[in-house]
Amino acid sequence: MGFEQILFYFFAGVLLFAATMVITIRNPVKSALFLVLAFFNAAALWILLEAEFLAIVLVLVYVGAVMVLFLFVVMMLDINLVKLREGFGEYLPYGGLVAVLLVIELVVVLNSPQFGLGEMPDPVGQAADYSNTRELGRLLYTTYVYPFEIAALLLLVAIIAAITLTMRKRKDTRYQNPAQQMSVQAKDRLRVVKMPAERKG
Amino acid sequence: MLTNMWNWFPGWSQTVIIDLGLIIVIVLPLMLGVAYLTYAERKIIGYMQMRIGPNRVGPRDWLQPIADALKLLLKEIIVPTNSNKFLFLLAPVLAIGPALAAWAVIPFSDTLVLANIDASLLFILALTSMGVYGIIIAGWAANSKYPFLGAMRSAAQMVAYEIAMGFALVGVLMAAGSLNLREIGLAQAGNISDWYLWPLLPLFVVYFISGVAETNRAPFDVAEGESEIVGFHLEYSGMSFAMFFLAEYANMILIATLASIMFLGAWHPPFDVAPFTWIPGLGWLAVKVCLMLFFMLWFRATFPRYRYDQIMRLGWKVFIPVTLVWIVVIGGAIFLSPWGDVFH
Repeated sequence: MGFEQILFYFFAGVLLFAATMVITIRNPVKSALFLVLAFFNAAALWILLEAEFLAIVLVLVYVGAVMVLFLFVVMMLDINLVKLREGFGEYLPYGGLVAVLLVIELVVVLNSPQFGLGEMPDPVGQAADYSNTRELGRLLYTTYVYPFEIAALLLLVAIIAAITLTMRKRKDTRYQNPAQQMSVQAKDRLRVVKMPAERKG
Repeated sequence: MLTNMWNWFPGWSQTVIIDLGLIIVIVLPLMLGVAYLTYAERKIIGYMQMRIGPNRVGPRDWLQPIADALKLLLKEIIVPTNSNKFLFLLAPVLAIGPALAAWAVIPFSDTLVLANIDASLLFILALTSMGVYGIIIAGWAANSKYPFLGAMRSAAQMVAYEIAMGFALVGVLMAAGSLNLREIGLAQAGNISDWYLWPLLPLFVVYFISGVAETNRAPFDVAEGESEIVGFHLEYSGMSFAMFFLAEYANMILIATLASIMFLGAWHPPFDVAPFTWIPGLGWLAVKVCLMLFFMLWFRATFPRYRYDQIMRLGWKVFIPVTLVWIVVIGGAIFLSPWGDVFH
C-alpha cells in the first residue's frame, strides 16, 4: 500500500466517521462541528484527486463562511433535546422509505452500463506545473460564460431577496449619521458660560 | 554509513522526514519572532508614551519574553465546571493551527518556499478563514455568558473583514495574473516603482487595515480590550490563554509578510543597483515585514478604539465598495492596453 493510499484511507475513514457523527450526536453544536470536520476531510480527498482549486474553495466557502454562520445560528438557538427525540418512531417509516429509495437509486446508477468504471477513461495525472485554477477559469469564462453569468445573476437575486425579507423598518430604531458625527465642532456640544465669582474671599 | 541508513528508509518517509525538518526550520524562528514581537511591542509603545518599558530581566531586558513564557507555562490551566472540556482545550489549538499552517506556502525568497503550490493565495485565504473557529469554540465551550457574547462579537468582526481582505487579494491576483505567491513576488521585480504598492494603493490600504482588524489588534480590539472589555477568552488561563496570543502575534507576522510579498515587492530590493543588491532577498523581506509590524504597534500606541458599530460600518460600507471599485479600475486598465503595462 503506497503512501497516497494510506492517506486516502485515513481521510476517508475520518470523513465517514464525522459524517456518521453529524446525524447521530445529540448536541446540535457538536453536530455542526463534525460537519466542519467532514468538509475538511472531503477537501483533503479532493486534493488527492489533484483538484486543488475545488478543495481549497470547499474549505474557503463551506468551512470558512457557511459553517461559521451555521454555528452562529445553532449556538444562539436554545434547542430542547428531549423534544428533538420525540416522534422518532412516528417518522421512522417515512425516513426508512427515503433511505431504501436512495439505496435503490444508488445501486441502479452504479450498476448501469453508462456509469461503469470501464465507461470512464482513467484520469490522466497532470504535470506539476499544470494550473488547475487557470484551466477552470478559462473554461468558465469562455465555453460556459453564459451559464456562469446566469448563475451569478441568480445568486445576486437571492442576495437581494434575502436582504429585503429580513429588512424591517422599525419606527423606534435609532442610529447615528457618521457624516454628521464627523463634522461636529466643539462649539456644537460645549457651551462655556462665564460666571462671576459669587463670593469674594 | 549515514547515507546507507538514510537510503534504508522508504521514499515516502524520506519526504516526511525532510518536510518535518523544514517545518521546524520555519516554525522555530517564527515562534522566536512572536516572542520578540511582544517584547518590541512593549518597548516601542513604552518609548512612544515617554516611558522606558520593561527593563528588569537580563541585559536590556532581552530575556523578558522567555520569562513571560516560563511564567505562563507554570500557571495552572483552569477548566470551568460544566464546560465542554474537550472543545475548551481544542479551541486554542484551532486558533494557532491555521496561523502556523499558512506559513507552508509563504515564499521567503525566489527559491526558499516549503510548498510552492499553484493556488497558494487561495490556500492562505482558506486557512486564515478557519482561525475564527478557535474563537467561536472558545466562547461556546466555556459555557459562560460573557465569553459567548465576546466570541459572537469578534467572530462577526472577523467574518466582515475577511470579505474586504479577499477582494483586496482579487486585485493582486488580477494584476499579477497568478494565484501563486512566488509568481506574484516575481512580477514585482525591478525598482520600487514596479511594486504593486502604487497601482494598487487603495487595495494595500484596505488590506493592511483589514489585516489589523482581522487579528483583533488595536484600534479594532473589541475582542479582547485587555483593560475593560470582556472577551472570548475570559475563562482561559495559563498556557491555554497564551495560545490565543501566540496565534494573534503569529497572524500579525503573517499579515505583515503577505502585505510585503503582495504590495511591497516581496524580496526585491527597492533599487536594483549595487549597494542594495548586496543584501540577500530574505533580508529585504525581513526589513519590510518589520516595517509593517512597526506600523501595527504604532497604530496601537496612537489610535483610540473604534466603537463596534463604527467597525462594522468601516468594513461593510467603506472597504468593500472601495475594493470593488478598484477591481473594476484594474480590469479597465488591463483591458485598455496602454495602461496595462503598469501590471507587467
